[in-house]
Formats: sequence, structure tokens, C-alpha cells
Amino acid sequence: MPDYHWPPMAQRRVIGKPVSRIDGPAKSAGRAKYSMDISRPGLLHAVLVTSPHAHARLKSIDASAAQALPGVKAVHLMANPGSELQWEGAEIAAIAATTEEIARDAARKLVVEYEVLPWVVREEDLSKAGDRVKPSGDQTTGDPDKAFAESDGVSEGTYGIPVLTHCCLEAHGAVIEWKGNSIEYWPSTQGVSSVGDDLGQQISVPATNIHVHMDYIGGGFGSKFASDTWGAACAQLSKKSGGRPVKLFLDRATELKIAGNRPSVFAKVKMAGKKDGTITAWQSETWSTGGFGGGGLNADLFPYVYRNVPNRRIKHSAVRINAGSARAWRGPMHTQVSFVTCAAMEDLAARLNIDPMELFAKNAGYTHKPDVYRSQLEIAAGLANWKTLWHPRGDSAKGHMKRGLGIGVNTWGGGGHDSHCRVTIHPDGSVDIELGSQDLGTGTRTVIAMVAAETFGLPVNGVRVRIGQSSYLSSGASGGSTTVGGVSSSTRKAAVNALDELLAKVGPALGAEPVDLEATGGRIQVKGNPAKSLTWKAACQKLGVSPISAQGSNVSRTAAREGLNSSGVAGVQVADVSVDIETGIVRLNRLIAVQDCGLIINPKTAESQAFGACIMSICGALYEERIMDQATGRMLNPDMEFYKLAGIDDIGEIIVHLDIRPEHDKRGVIGLGEPPVIGGIAAISNAVANAIGVRVPMVPLTPRRVLSALEERSA
Amino acid sequence: MAIEVSVNGSPRHIEADPDTPLLRVLRDTLGLTGAKYGCGEGLCGACAVLVDGHAVNSCVTPLSAVAGSKVTTVEGLETNGRLHPMQQAFLDKGAMQCAYCTPGMILGAISLLNTKPAPTEADIVEAMDGHICRCGTYPRIVDAIRLAASRQAGNRPR
Repeated sequence: MPDYHWPPMAQRRVIGKPVSRIDGPAKSAGRAKYSMDISRPGLLHAVLVTSPHAHARLKSIDASAAQALPGVKAVHLMANPGSELQWEGAEIAAIAATTEEIARDAARKLVVEYEVLPWVVREEDLSKAGDRVKPSGDQTTGDPDKAFAESDGVSEGTYGIPVLTHCCLEAHGAVIEWKGNSIEYWPSTQGVSSVGDDLGQQISVPATNIHVHMDYIGGGFGSKFASDTWGAACAQLSKKSGGRPVKLFLDRATELKIAGNRPSVFAKVKMAGKKDGTITAWQSETWSTGGFGGGGLNADLFPYVYRNVPNRRIKHSAVRINAGSARAWRGPMHTQVSFVTCAAMEDLAARLNIDPMELFAKNAGYTHKPDVYRSQLEIAAGLANWKTLWHPRGDSAKGHMKRGLGIGVNTWGGGGHDSHCRVTIHPDGSVDIELGSQDLGTGTRTVIAMVAAETFGLPVNGVRVRIGQSSYLSSGASGGSTTVGGVSSSTRKAAVNALDELLAKVGPALGAEPVDLEATGGRIQVKGNPAKSLTWKAACQKLGVSPISAQGSNVSRTAAREGLNSSGVAGVQVADVSVDIETGIVRLNRLIAVQDCGLIINPKTAESQAFGACIMSICGALYEERIMDQATGRMLNPDMEFYKLAGIDDIGEIIVHLDIRPEHDKRGVIGLGEPPVIGGIAAISNAVANAIGVRVPMVPLTPRRVLSALEERSA
Repeated sequence: MAIEVSVNGSPRHIEADPDTPLLRVLRDTLGLTGAKYGCGEGLCGACAVLVDGHAVNSCVTPLSAVAGSKVTTVEGLETNGRLHPMQQAFLDKGAMQCAYCTPGMILGAISLLNTKPAPTEADIVEAMDGHICRCGTYPRIVDAIRLAASRQAGNRPR
């Protein structure tokens, strides 16, 4: 049985060292081609025509004028008379023309009649949502009523966290060329190996006839797994135009309306505790919307991380509204549930008059990793200078600038998705590594190269990584922080298998048994004896004319036993903010993230991912929000002027502490995409409450909301 | 209508409606896809290019506005296969993830150093605030620009 284990920490030469991303030169030089950059001879440009109404029945559609416009090559209807359209932006038709301008002109000539129907597009007031509300049964554990009656203090609060969009800088879309039986497909996707099957099902074409290509993607964050209705429309336009390639990417407004979002959560929470800070009861009534589909939230996650509070009552309702559907959004459900839980815990700490750091640590026994959380809280407190800077709720300093600190926590699974890798060692010493995976910018290519280089004793540039093609062995879609675990494990196994074959070939030349050989420092040598060695190149020449081709697989179901990857991490965020109580403007001073993450392959890209996750949580805490207008049924901010993201001036100092320890390292590789995005919103909201002395119930913490909260307190 | 413009050092004669966004001409006519479509309203900086040394958002710049000017895209920065110092600094500092925003970021940063060769952190933040990175690589972008500025200062003849 080959030995696939990761080399011990002290013996690693590549893994664990900061390595610059191998696709960095292509990216910084502008040579990296994203799917939106793909051009083919005879390329047509397509646009989508969508419903302007939140709820309507399509009465009639007449494409004759659009079709007749010179330059228009194909029109594909995506809704028919009688279709009920349930949100603004619902797809009506797609039009392909020789230029995008002509396609847009044609879109304006499409004559569509609607019967407008009543709509509901806001969910924050349950009493106005009527029959759109679908309650799920109450869950009660222990005796919450008795616990509330016998407690030393009870806190009550309302909290709200809105719908966000993914707002990937590269919009959703594809270039498709459907010629005869064969479809060439360049999507912007998180699932190179799976998206072709999805398209095939939509257009009734066998997946074997669909060839997916994607070298680079401009963001996904959970929204780019499917081929989508517009992918199918793009294919139909190509077919209808005689096999010409068609490019169909959403414009920014459509992207923000229909290409996915994160469900909202509104909550009324009551908590009880003892004088010493022990939490005794949790009660939550929550509701959320994930668009027309309903909720999109699993209320079983309450109370977050502190799951084992003994007395709990949980009630949740899903609200169906006329707006685009939710999709997985980096750390699905966790960001919202973390916010509601940690905010309520901070409010309880204020009610009991104790330091929330103490309350979070004291109750760590209710979590699944008490020791890890306690130690991370301590590390975070140290980095934040908590003991010096923290004060009871409400900064008593003079003046209009108030400073505060707050805590948020996270947990996530990870693990490794199903992934299959092929490694080829050529007789000239060059090495190819192929997987049907994708690099979302997280550094997947680089991690694959590092694992292979470590195994072969080669430098990182001694191996070539090829991903982004469905013709390679399949590798899972990138979601749920499962990619790094999956591809590192399959690459490790394929590389070990290939190396074992190579060692068997070169053993006789070195007069040694293969088990007594090792690959290190660019050589194959008798273990510990560089005098008896061959260079990597000379060793590979022993292959004659036959390259070695070996495979390796990670199977998620059985991976945990093998120890290459695992799941389940913990993390703590602490925010330090300053709030101007005259203007309501919140400035982030520092956001500190302490994160457990198993074996880190490339600290350079891992840390970057954690930075990015922290910044995404700042966006959610202070700026981002989908704003729906009940009067018109429309999204009011489908653009990047009013759908606000943090800029470089908005983030303060980010401090990332990757919790690297031998006992975490032993657990193997665990993905880092989701966990550090989760606790930041809670931490920032809690820091603002600590600064100004009152809870601002709803995030993002806009100046208006901060000032309203201050005004209500004075009234 | 024909417009004369220099793109990455080569004179170009472009037949197009003068109102055509420069971004469209670069990407669809000239095949220079380094400049990206992000928001279409000049609010994210993904489409930034240099016009006579200054960064502009090409999605809201009509072709007519660059007649007779020198346009530089990210593809025009390498010389003899060597990355421009700003590109190298972004690479060294790991100042990118998906990197869809990176060409615009790099050109915005070069534009800054063209007017302020030794920028303070406040200068960097002010100049780059119009560039959105959804992956959140901002701290390293600041580091990369500082590195490029210090390398440039070191190389300047005294």
C-alpha cells in the first residue's frame, strides 16, 4: 500500500512555505483570459430581455420587429404567452446580433404585453406578508419558560440582516458554439466538471458532446454552479444562427437582480443568564426570505456555535417574495445566524453587566470545541488589546467619537470533495498534472503544483498544472470550502502512485529496492545517501519512450479515514470601531481574525483568502444591502453606485492569525473559503453597540440606522 | 467615422461611431481584453486604462475623447517579456485573487506614481478608492504600490 500521508511538518520543503501564485504572471500581465474575454471567428453578441414587473402574466410576445432588424441573427423566447413571471428580471427572451448595440436595439423592439399582478417584495414586516408566510413547527428543548423565570437577567432584542447579492465582478454568462453534434462551452463557472451535464440536461444534449473550457473566473462566491437559463438560451441562439459562436453575459443590473443572493434574516431573540455569565435559555422567533422559493435558512443552526444551551425554543418562518432566487452565498446561512446569535449574546452580557469576552469564553462548553474556542478568544483578545481597550457598553469618553470592541464567532465544515487527478511523468523529466477543477482565485493551481512538487522533490515550476477542461478527470465543483481538501488529496495520491512507478524503474540503476529510494532536492536517491543518486531528469530517461501515467482520487465519503483532509473548524473575530455619533458614520479601526484551518499548504494564498473574507464581512456589516421597493416591485439599487461595496479606504487594519499548531496540522487540509467571512458582521455590530451604548438592530450599519438608534434611546 | 489613436505604442485607425465606449473598441475591435467590463458606469475601475499617462474608466470614455491620445492597456506594460515593475510588485506581494480587477488596479497605481512618485499611504488610499476588488485584496494592493514606489525610487539616478 503506497504511503500517501503528508510529510511531517519539519520535513516539508514546499508545503507550508509562502509561494507566489503560479498564474500570477499571466494575471498581472493581462494575458489571463476569462470566459467573458473569449472571442471566436464570427462571434455574435447576445442580450437578455427580462420582465420589468415583480409579478405579471405574459399576455403576448411579438418578436417580428426585433428579428427584422439588420444584424440580428437569432431570437430565442424564454417565456410564452400565459407564463407567470414571479420577479423583476425574470427571463423573457434572448437576442443575438453581430454587435451588442444591435442586440440592445432589437431588445427594445421586442413587443411584450403583460397583465400585471399583485406583488410582495419586502419581508421585514411579517404582518404585511400575509399568505406569503410559511411557518415551520416550534422546536423546544428543556424548559425555557422555567429558565427565564429563574434567571438573574433576561435580555430581549430584535435584529435584521438583509438580502445581499454576490456581485461578482465578472458577471454570469458564457460563450457557446454549437456546431453539429458538438458544443464548445466557455462558461464562467465554479464547476468545470459538472456544468456541462447541467447544460446538457437543459437542452437535451448528451454531456459527452459538451466540451467545457474555463481558464479564469472573475468571482463566484457560491452563485456560479449552474449553467442557468441564459446558458441554455445562449446555446439555442448559437444553434439557431447556424452554429455561430454566441457570447451572452448579464449586464450589471440583471446580474444583481437574478444571478443569486443571500437570504435575509429577521429575528426577535430572548436570552437568559446567571450573574456569573452562564447562559441558561435561548428563544428565537425568526423569518427570512430567499426570494420566490421561500426561506433559504435552516433555523436549526440557532443558537449558533453555542448549540447546547440547555433550554431553547426556536420558531422560524419562510417568506416567499417576488424577487430573484437565493443561491449559496459564501458561508451559506452561517453569516446571518452568527450575526443574530452573537448580537443577542453581547446584549445579554450588557444586561448582566459583564465583559462579553468573559461570557463567550465561559459558555464555550456549549460549543463543539470548547478548548479551541477558549484559546482562540484569548488569542483574539490579546491581539485586540481587549483588556485595555474594552469598556462597559457606551464609550464614556468626551466628544463625538466613540470607540468600541465586539466579538463574532464562526464554524464551518470543509472536507474534500470528490476529485480525480492524473499525473504524467514524461521521459524528458517534465510533469503534467491534470484535473477538471477550477481556480476561483483562491490559489487552487498553485496548491496543486506545490503538492506535486513536494512529492517529487522538485521546485514548484518543475511541474505543469492543467485545469479548467471537462475532458480532464472530473473534480468537484468549488463550493463549501471543499476544493483545497479534494484537489490536494487527489494530487498527492496520483503523484505518490506515479513516483512509485518511477522508483520501480530506476531501482536497478541505483542498485537499490524501490522502497529504499526517495525523491528529494531534484534527485532520486538512496534514502539519506546523495552519493547514490540520479538527477530527476536522468531518472526519467530510464522510462525509455513510455511516460508514466498515474491517477489518484479523493472520495469525500471515505477521505476522513485517510487523514489527508478533514472538516470542522472554529474561528473568532474581534472588531474595533469608531463611531461618529453626530454623523452616524462607522469607521473600522481593526478587524482581527483568529482561524483554525488544519494543514496550510500555501500560507501566502491562505492568508489572502482570510483577508478577503474579512473584507467581505466588512461590506456586509457597513455597506451592502439589496433594497426593494414595494411601490414599484423593483430593486432600487441594481448598480455599483448604490449597491455599495467596501473600497480600499473603508477597511481599516485587518489582522489575520492562522491558528497553525501541530494538533491542527495533524487533521490534514481543511478549506478556508467560508469560515473567516462568517463572524465579522457580528463582531462589527457588537463593537458599534459597545461604542455608542445602544444596539443598532439592523445591518448594514448605515449612518441613518446609527442615528435612528441613538435618537430612539434619547427619546 | 475614423479616429486616430495610439494604442500601446502603435498608431491605430479606428472606424467606429465616435460615441462608442473605448472599452468596447479595446475589447471587441482590438482584442485587448485586459480591460474588463465590471459595472458599465465608471464605478468599479475594472475597465481602467491609461490615457496620456492618467487612468480613466474606459467604459464611460467615448472613443472620440481619446482621438490623438496615447492609450495604454495592461497588455502594453511588459517590455521584452519583462513585467512592468508595478505588475511585478502585485505578483510579489500576492495582491490578487481572481484578478479580474487587477489590470485596472495596476493601471490606476501606475497613474498614481506618474503624478506622485513617492505616495503616502493616504495618497494610495485616495487614488485607489474607486477600484473595487470583490475578493478583498486591498491590504496587499497598498503593500504592492509601496513596494513598486520604493523600487522605483531606488532605481532613479541620483
